[in-house]
Amino acid sequence: MTDFLQLFFSGLATGSIYALAALGFTLLWQAAGTINFAQGEFVMLPAFMMLGFMAMGAPLLVAFLLSCLVSVVVLGWAFKKSIVDPLLRFGMMPIVVATIGLSIAMRNGVRAGFSAEAHPFPSLFGDALFKVAGVTVTAADIGTLVFALLIVVGTQAFLAKTVTGRAMQAVAQNTESASVLGINVPRMIFYTFAINAVLACAAALLVTPTYLAKFDMGESLGTKAFFAAIIGGFNNSRGALLGGLIVGVSENLAAAYISPAYKDAVALVIFMVVILFKPQGLLGKKEERKV
Amino acid sequence: MTALLKVTDLKKAYGAIQAVGGVSFEVQPGEIFGVIGPNGSGKTTLFNSMLGQITPNAGKIELKGEDVTHCGPLELSRRGVGRTFQTLQVFGKMTVRDNLIVAAQEHHGSMVSRMFAPGDSGLGTKADALIDRFRIRHVAHLKAGTLSYGQQKLVDIAMAFMSEPDLVLLDEPCAGVNPSLVGGISTLLKDLNRNPASGKKSSFVVIEHNMDFVMDLCHRIMVMVEGKVMAIGTPAEIRANKQVLDAYLGA
Amino acid sequence: MKKNHIILLAIAAALLLVLPQYLKNYGVYLLTYWLIFVLATMGLNLTVGYAGQKSLGHGAFFGIGAYTVAILLKAGISWWIGMPLAALLCFVVGLILGFPALRVQTIYLAFATLGFNTAVWLVMRNEEWLTGGTFGINNVARPGLLGLSLDANRPYYYFVLGVTVLMALLLLGLLRSPWGKAFTALRDNPIRAESLGINIRAYTLLAFAIGAAYAGVAGALFASLVQFIEPAPFAVAASIMMYLMVVMGGPGYFFGPVLGAAMGVVVPEWMRDVPGVSEWYLPLFGAAVVVLMVWLPDGLLSLPDRIRAKRASREASAARSAAAAAAKGVKA
Repeated sequence: MTDFLQLFFSGLATGSIYALAALGFTLLWQAAGTINFAQGEFVMLPAFMMLGFMAMGAPLLVAFLLSCLVSVVVLGWAFKKSIVDPLLRFGMMPIVVATIGLSIAMRNGVRAGFSAEAHPFPSLFGDALFKVAGVTVTAADIGTLVFALLIVVGTQAFLAKTVTGRAMQAVAQNTESASVLGINVPRMIFYTFAINAVLACAAALLVTPTYLAKFDMGESLGTKAFFAAIIGGFNNSRGALLGGLIVGVSENLAAAYISPAYKDAVALVIFMVVILFKPQGLLGKKEERKV
Repeated sequence: MTALLKVTDLKKAYGAIQAVGGVSFEVQPGEIFGVIGPNGSGKTTLFNSMLGQITPNAGKIELKGEDVTHCGPLELSRRGVGRTFQTLQVFGKMTVRDNLIVAAQEHHGSMVSRMFAPGDSGLGTKADALIDRFRIRHVAHLKAGTLSYGQQKLVDIAMAFMSEPDLVLLDEPCAGVNPSLVGGISTLLKDLNRNPASGKKSSFVVIEHNMDFVMDLCHRIMVMVEGKVMAIGTPAEIRANKQVLDAYLGA
Repeated sequence: MKKNHIILLAIAAALLLVLPQYLKNYGVYLLTYWLIFVLATMGLNLTVGYAGQKSLGHGAFFGIGAYTVAILLKAGISWWIGMPLAALLCFVVGLILGFPALRVQTIYLAFATLGFNTAVWLVMRNEEWLTGGTFGINNVARPGLLGLSLDANRPYYYFVLGVTVLMALLLLGLLRSPWGKAFTALRDNPIRAESLGINIRAYTLLAFAIGAAYAGVAGALFASLVQFIEPAPFAVAASIMMYLMVVMGGPGYFFGPVLGAAMGVVVPEWMRDVPGVSEWYLPLFGAAVVVLMVWLPDGLLSLPDRIRAKRASREASAARSAAAAAAKGVKA
């Protein structure tokens, strides 16, 4: 039983990281109709940015903040301006293909330009072990879970309780009405991209110590984030959290109780079941075909 | 003569709101039947029920004597019902002529025979005739999406008539149209009703807010208020009806 | 058809027939590889470009086609029976995949097809008794044609060229028939289409099924080209690449796959050989995809339409300012 709880708990920790990436992904879809196939690479790049800043002498947290800043500019503003804005009115296809191209470019650009190897990454939390209710948990697990949950809950509180946040929600639900009400729509959309960049940065900070910084770390992370977002409910921010946690926990349990080879298959199976029986996701609302 | 369309006690509720609360009426062959009423009176819900887009909670819809209450849009089209939409719904990337051809092609032959049929399914002459009737020959070869709003509206209406339906449902045909064009649409519709290309009579049901248009065009008018029928009668009768004047038309 | 189009086609036909005589073995191989992907993406262009469905699982059909032929050859059954069976199997599976498309739309459908692809790939990878698992199936033979051997690269190229042209003509015939308009109506406005009597359910399923069958035939040709198949070329990455090819070439344009497959298959190979590029060919390719999308969101073949539209709007605004100037002149 303790094994199960241990796996469950560390699964929650991993899942909360998926939730961060999934949340950003969902926000981009809701607010800007953007399917970002490069979301995984959006986590990979800040990981390397932080390594770069630390190589220049900055401590971890400073490197993190600097990377957040750079990400907001590059993965937020530049991405929106150069790719999303020109393509938004052409439907989903061009943006999907452009972000696929972007992910190929980013992934292989880092590999060719920087390194093809895996690099170690310091953890924010140290190596301490704790015993909670008879279960052994690492400091990293607790720290990751708490940190990620704080960010997710904080983001949702921001969206629901502040004026800016509610304006962003208005833009997501009905862009035309929002602009008629005087909301600065382009700026709200930019904020969404900026938040996504910060979420990706945070995910990088939490996930890289375990997975190591490598050019292809974005691939599986991106896929899991998609699955998590769909499972939880693509048009609902809370869904991203639920989906991420579900994926994280099931993976861990499957790896231990079924076989490590099927670890990746579990997220896929849950995803297929959800798509077939409740395509709008566990917490999502049905989207009607509009006349 | 049997009514072309007979609606009996139709009811549709959304949760606690009774959008349509027991509506009954008949439309005779060859008749132009108007439906008017304030916003929220249930006209659109009624329409969507008649078009198979929504399933009513109770009541019956009969077309040419057959029960079609639970038929979907595809089945209704096959049985001879055509419609226009409130928001423009032409196929923007196809030419005007192709829009008209595709509007009727599925009524000829089967899936298999259509694989081997010529591109225009033999409907070219009919489409050209309709194009001339609607006076859009000068834009017939252009992609429908590039036309002006008024021209697209004409294409939209023409598409509904291509398959020579027995019953045409027109959802606010004058919405968003330049006032100078409204008279043209009215004349066109009257002409299509009195001189159908196929020779057989077709009936129209028209939802509209433009009072002059409705009074001038329709043989009979039904007034709906809060999901119920307030009155059915000729334009003269409706104009003189005190209840209607108080509830809807009056100053 | 317009005169310049006929001339272009004639030149292309001549090149396709003559070029292999001047290329080395690898060049012929690459050309054949490209043709196979033209065939596969032709099917995807029908599903995605003409019928507007979001299919990101095409690689699975490609793989089913390849494995069917390979497994049957191993059992002693001729390629000429294997290939039609592969096409039929893909048609049926494509129909099945079409059913979620009836219930689920756009982005959710895209993810469902991704899931389908991964599931098929997992079966290919894990079911060793059937597919050889990660070890794959080797020594896949090439078919013989009326007694002629197609084992060498050049004869096999001409065979693939023949099949591709034949399938392309069939597709062209289908698109020019009323089915073509029905697919376009389904893509542009399914609700309106249904109210006009177009059976959107049937056409949606057929869009998937026919597209899948084309990938199946391509897969059969692929198996005999590379003569050793394993699961890797049929994973999600392949589906994504094929989707890229359709969109880059121009979805809904008949020759889109020709350009798209060239961009996806030939260009990266060329880039790899350019001196100084080496491992940068992939990031450059990725960047090229992004730039192409931002410049021509409707694909390469939308360029003539774009130019025409720009010219028309320039003429219209010139006419408007001329009319305004004339009116001003009259008023004064």
